[in-house]
Amino acid sequence: MLGKTAGGLFWMYRYLERAENTARLADAGFRIALTRSDHAEDEWASIIDTASARAAFAAVDGKFDGPSVINFLLRDPQNPSSVISVTEAARNNARLVRTALTREVWEAVNETWITLKDTLARPVRETDLPDVLGMIRKQSALVRGATVGTMLRNDIYNFARIGTFIERADNIARILDVKYYVLLPSVQLVGSTLDNVQWETILRSASAERSFRWLHGGETRPLTIADFLILDRRMPRSLLYCMRKIAGNLGYLCSDYGVRRPSLDFVLGLRDELEELDIDQVMERGLHEFLTYFINCNNVLAGHVEQDFRFNN
Amino acid sequence: MGETPTFFNEMDGNGERPRAPYARYGDWFAGEPPERLRRKAREAETFFRRTGITFNVYGSEAADERLIPFDIVPRIISAKEWSRLTRGIEQRVRAINAFLNDIYHRQEIIRAGRLPAELIENNDAFLPKMIGVTPPGNIYTHIVGVDLVRTSENEFFVLEDNARTPSGVSYMLENRETMLQMFPELFTKIRVRPVSDYPKMLRRSLAACAPPACTGRPVVAVLTPGIHNSAYYEHAFLADQMGAELVEGHDLRVVDGRIAMRTTLGYTPIDVLYRRVDDDYLDPLNFRPDSYLGVPGILDIYRAGGITIANAPGTGIADDKAIYSYMPDIVQFYTGEKPILKNVPTWRCSEPSSLAYVLEHLSELVVKEVHGSGGYGMLVGPAASKKEIEAFRAKLASKPGNYIAQPTLALSTVPILTRAGLSPRHVDLRPFVLVSPDGIEITPGGLTRVALKKGSLVVNSSQGGGTKDTWVLED
Repeated sequence: MLGKTAGGLFWMYRYLERAENTARLADAGFRIALTRSDHAEDEWASIIDTASARAAFAAVDGKFDGPSVINFLLRDPQNPSSVISVTEAARNNARLVRTALTREVWEAVNETWITLKDTLARPVRETDLPDVLGMIRKQSALVRGATVGTMLRNDIYNFARIGTFIERADNIARILDVKYYVLLPSVQLVGSTLDNVQWETILRSASAERSFRWLHGGETRPLTIADFLILDRRMPRSLLYCMRKIAGNLGYLCSDYGVRRPSLDFVLGLRDELEELDIDQVMERGLHEFLTYFINCNNVLAGHVEQDFRFNN
Repeated sequence: MGETPTFFNEMDGNGERPRAPYARYGDWFAGEPPERLRRKAREAETFFRRTGITFNVYGSEAADERLIPFDIVPRIISAKEWSRLTRGIEQRVRAINAFLNDIYHRQEIIRAGRLPAELIENNDAFLPKMIGVTPPGNIYTHIVGVDLVRTSENEFFVLEDNARTPSGVSYMLENRETMLQMFPELFTKIRVRPVSDYPKMLRRSLAACAPPACTGRPVVAVLTPGIHNSAYYEHAFLADQMGAELVEGHDLRVVDGRIAMRTTLGYTPIDVLYRRVDDDYLDPLNFRPDSYLGVPGILDIYRAGGITIANAPGTGIADDKAIYSYMPDIVQFYTGEKPILKNVPTWRCSEPSSLAYVLEHLSELVVKEVHGSGGYGMLVGPAASKKEIEAFRAKLASKPGNYIAQPTLALSTVPILTRAGLSPRHVDLRPFVLVSPDGIEITPGGLTRVALKKGSLVVNSSQGGGTKDTWVLED
């Protein structure tokens, strides 16, 4: 496979994952604003921070209110991480790697782009937001279904999955980092309504509120939430889960190719490190410090993959 | 149908009933509710858009992707008509390859006084760097698109030979696929020769021309200028269908005397490169130094037998519009036979007496730039305003050697489906020809382009043309 194609697949799936996570973030923000109109401005600001978009938002003179933030996240072409921007980037990458995709995957991505471009051509009104977000979720599911259902399990699939999980780990770590202070053990003692809303937002941003409730019943404790999103092996969006997946896909890739590459060693090290941690140790290191370290490692991993498989040169 | 009977209507022959090739289709059509057909036409558009069969328009504001409009009424050719056409095409393509070999070697045709030497020497399409080079298998044009037009029941003309990198074959294939999906019942009623083998045949033809350096199963790749090229969809489509890699210049470099592509595991040599990049951009060391689309040094590797480039560099000299007028002589010279397909009578404006005639008859003629393509830079006299004609006259007078002129042909029509029912529109036909040491293969049919604007004679997709599925009937 061409190095360029591997890179195109990797980025295509990173962008698709980002589109979905950004939409979910908008959803979480929308809900919190509905429940807490008095602190809405802070909440919208933290949503922008989670999307790592403070500078881009300032550049468009955005106000921290619902319509501005939601339109910025979903449809502003000036925002390189808006749903429409990353969907277009995903589709451009899909065109680039067209020969590596099944017809089903290509058509799903192309249709997603066509549909979103149309829907997001006009500002999204509050009343339409649930429908629009639902549609984005549905399109993501369509692409994922086509990928899982029709793609051969070879290097193409492995690069697609590696891209997906690197992006997901990054996004989840950022969601946690922006709100890390509400998850600190000291907060448990307080546990105000306010905190409850914050916790709910975090879970919702990670699409984890249902699975969390299944596992932990009605008891929402910050330490449990942090544990769930960082170290749970069953939770498909936890950091450890993502690293295990990447380790698996890099493992398949290297054994198919009959090579050993630094990226594999690196991810195995990172995975083992997470496997051996428990949440108390994470808190001892400092949640924020740990997340910063993780985001950095994840970036280094992405760099290794890019070099090892010659995406660019 | 307010059509003047001077244009041959291929469906009804300007009579009451469909001509024989259209008889069964005509019956079927008559029994279809118009509303269903119109719905099908809309479905076809959705299908094309979802599949992403689009082309990028140069020079348009947002560099947006457009669909080439597809018309659901097929263009139908009988087995007998087709067999005559194929004999003519085959003869012409054989002559073109012999001509290219000759022009880059002994130039017998010039020595014999059948072609003026300056026509070659002063021609930008002639590549001196190809002199003395014999491509693997002695094939210059692996893929040719011969543009044909029809003017009556029995008259076909070759409008131009596309011997560089003819495009449009993906539309031929997708048009058929679309028709099969929309009207499966038609294909059980009417026996149409399939076209779907084209990618397999293309791969086989290319592999049969592997260079001396190739040791195992030939590795074939398609070279594209990239996703912003107007024909990118086709490049990706063909690579995909052939199971070949789709590469860009920056994926390639010279490694150990071969052209190699950067894979996830390092550089792997390519044997046959089906390039969709023009000669000028192919090799910045040998041609345009500012090109990012090609591979530095590829021409040297080619000359040393390290890679096959399809089509060969320098084939443009065979489809040059100034050479075109000599094609009947060229065919005769190399095949020893009379040309089966006619050339359109052509005035070479480089010749003073022709120029004088052309300047006097601008309003009746079609004037083309010798090196132009895509329907740009041409004058269609009968359709042009006085002002346009005068502007063109000035251009022509200042650089006569740049132009040729032809009579406005009475292009045949095939009906398209409009809101008001069937309505005739002018068409042309581009059959696709594959050449390899094993012989010449012509896919039955080709791409029918149709001028959607009533009365228009310009069928180019960049100028508002559409396409039709083209059927060649089984015997």
